[in-house]
Amino acid sequence: MSSAIEPSIKSRPVYGTLKPATAPAHLIIADADGGKAVLDLATAAPTSFLPNAEICYIPGKADHSVTLEALGAARFYTGPSIAAMLPRLKRTFERMHMGTQIYLAGSESLIGLAMKTAMEANIDFEAIQTEHRGSLARRVQCVHCKGITEGVTTQPVTCAHCGLLLLVRDHYSRRYAAFQGVNINAEDPSDIPPKEEVFT
Amino acid sequence: MSARGRLHGAIDVVVTEVVELNSLIKRFHFARPDGKPLPAFSGGAHIIIQMQDGDTLRGSPYSLSSSPLDTRDYQVSIRRDDQGRGGSLYLHREVKPGMKMSITHPSNMFALDKRASRHLMLAGGIGITPFMSQTAQLAQMPGVHAELHYGMRSRELGVYLEELASRLGSRFHVYADEDNEQIDYDRLLSSQPAGTHLYVCGPSPMIDLVLRKSAEHGWPDNHVHYEHFAKASSGEPFNVELRASGKTIEVGAEQSMLEAIEAAGVDAPYLCRGGACGQCETRVLSVDGELLHEDHWLEDDEKASGEKIMPCVSRCRGTVVLDR
Repeated sequence: MSSAIEPSIKSRPVYGTLKPATAPAHLIIADADGGKAVLDLATAAPTSFLPNAEICYIPGKADHSVTLEALGAARFYTGPSIAAMLPRLKRTFERMHMGTQIYLAGSESLIGLAMKTAMEANIDFEAIQTEHRGSLARRVQCVHCKGITEGVTTQPVTCAHCGLLLLVRDHYSRRYAAFQGVNINAEDPSDIPPKEEVFT
Repeated sequence: MSARGRLHGAIDVVVTEVVELNSLIKRFHFARPDGKPLPAFSGGAHIIIQMQDGDTLRGSPYSLSSSPLDTRDYQVSIRRDDQGRGGSLYLHREVKPGMKMSITHPSNMFALDKRASRHLMLAGGIGITPFMSQTAQLAQMPGVHAELHYGMRSRELGVYLEELASRLGSRFHVYADEDNEQIDYDRLLSSQPAGTHLYVCGPSPMIDLVLRKSAEHGWPDNHVHYEHFAKASSGEPFNVELRASGKTIEVGAEQSMLEAIEAAGVDAPYLCRGGACGQCETRVLSVDGELLHEDHWLEDDEKASGEKIMPCVSRCRGTVVLDR
């Protein structure tokens, strides 16, 4: 099952379906339900795929790490959080050679943060395959204080840094890997719209 | 070219210098008659030189080989092509210092990706020319790694070897067929750090080989840049009906379809005149005969569909009706 992301403004990322590429090496990064996309990818891939693949997996509410490790990729890494994985990922990109295909699967935060790290290593974002699975929770940057609030599921949301009530926009920054949040009641702070769970 | 025999937006220039670099390659310098700077350009850009060769008016694309940092003149380095349609022969034989000519503003379909911190450049023969302007530009970008591998038939036929060696030092590599030296594409393409961008310019077989090998080595398309100007080929004369303009014209043996359209006074779009940019793409309404596609722009299925043609380089056997 793929994600239910509605078409929106141009900056809102869209995702595809992972497909095995013709490449000498493969780097696969996933979290939570993204693990299922990795299993589908491995099923569709030729036998030469897994011996040349590295899988980095961050379990979340869903944990597919046992099945993923059993695939028998050349390298398997699992870590406690996306944040914990990023420094390792940065080093991997620095040592990597052109020709390694990158696959990202799972939450938008995982896809966005791994892509941001890849872009910082001068890898073209269009050269990276992505597939969204699972939660639609967003990383949101407050445009006022610039603080990032993780795992946002409500509209509007309270900025975890400055406390302003933010309208979460589809306006996305690839450089920050975050959706932009704009104060929803600047003219009348006493007008407090109810929060609804929309990014689930 | 319009009925007045001029490319739109042309710049009037004077040939200030013609330098014979070796037995096949000459460098031509163009400047404004008033000596003012020419328009800015970026590494990899080309101009179209308009040539009045007897009754024939042609425009052919040539890469600028001078530095983008110095626009007092434009320099192009042109290999004499004895089998070609005559553009390079005309330049080699007829063009002398002091001559007045027209050129277009530069346009660039082979620009450096400035996000990259590493650039791998592969040149074959006269395909070195866009790398001259690119490496001049890169020399002003500290911290950016560029390496150039330049293949040629013999060192005598190579150009700018000393200049490139002084610009790039140990990152400049020369390979001469006559000394049995070959660029090791597999080694180069399998050992580049992630984030490298690849640029290739040279004869078609070299470009095709590099594109095939880079795909085999897993390079994404967005990191692979190539430039190849198809030559507007000569061939049998054929007829073109320009339905929208209500004209029927004949394309001569030594004329391109675009040149014939322009000679009929019909203003047709174009940019590269080398089958690469897509600007002149034209809808084919019907064809009695066969379309002879020579461009690098249309996909194979588009060529097979018979619904589109690039009049700057492609021809036809018989009669074609265009939506122009």
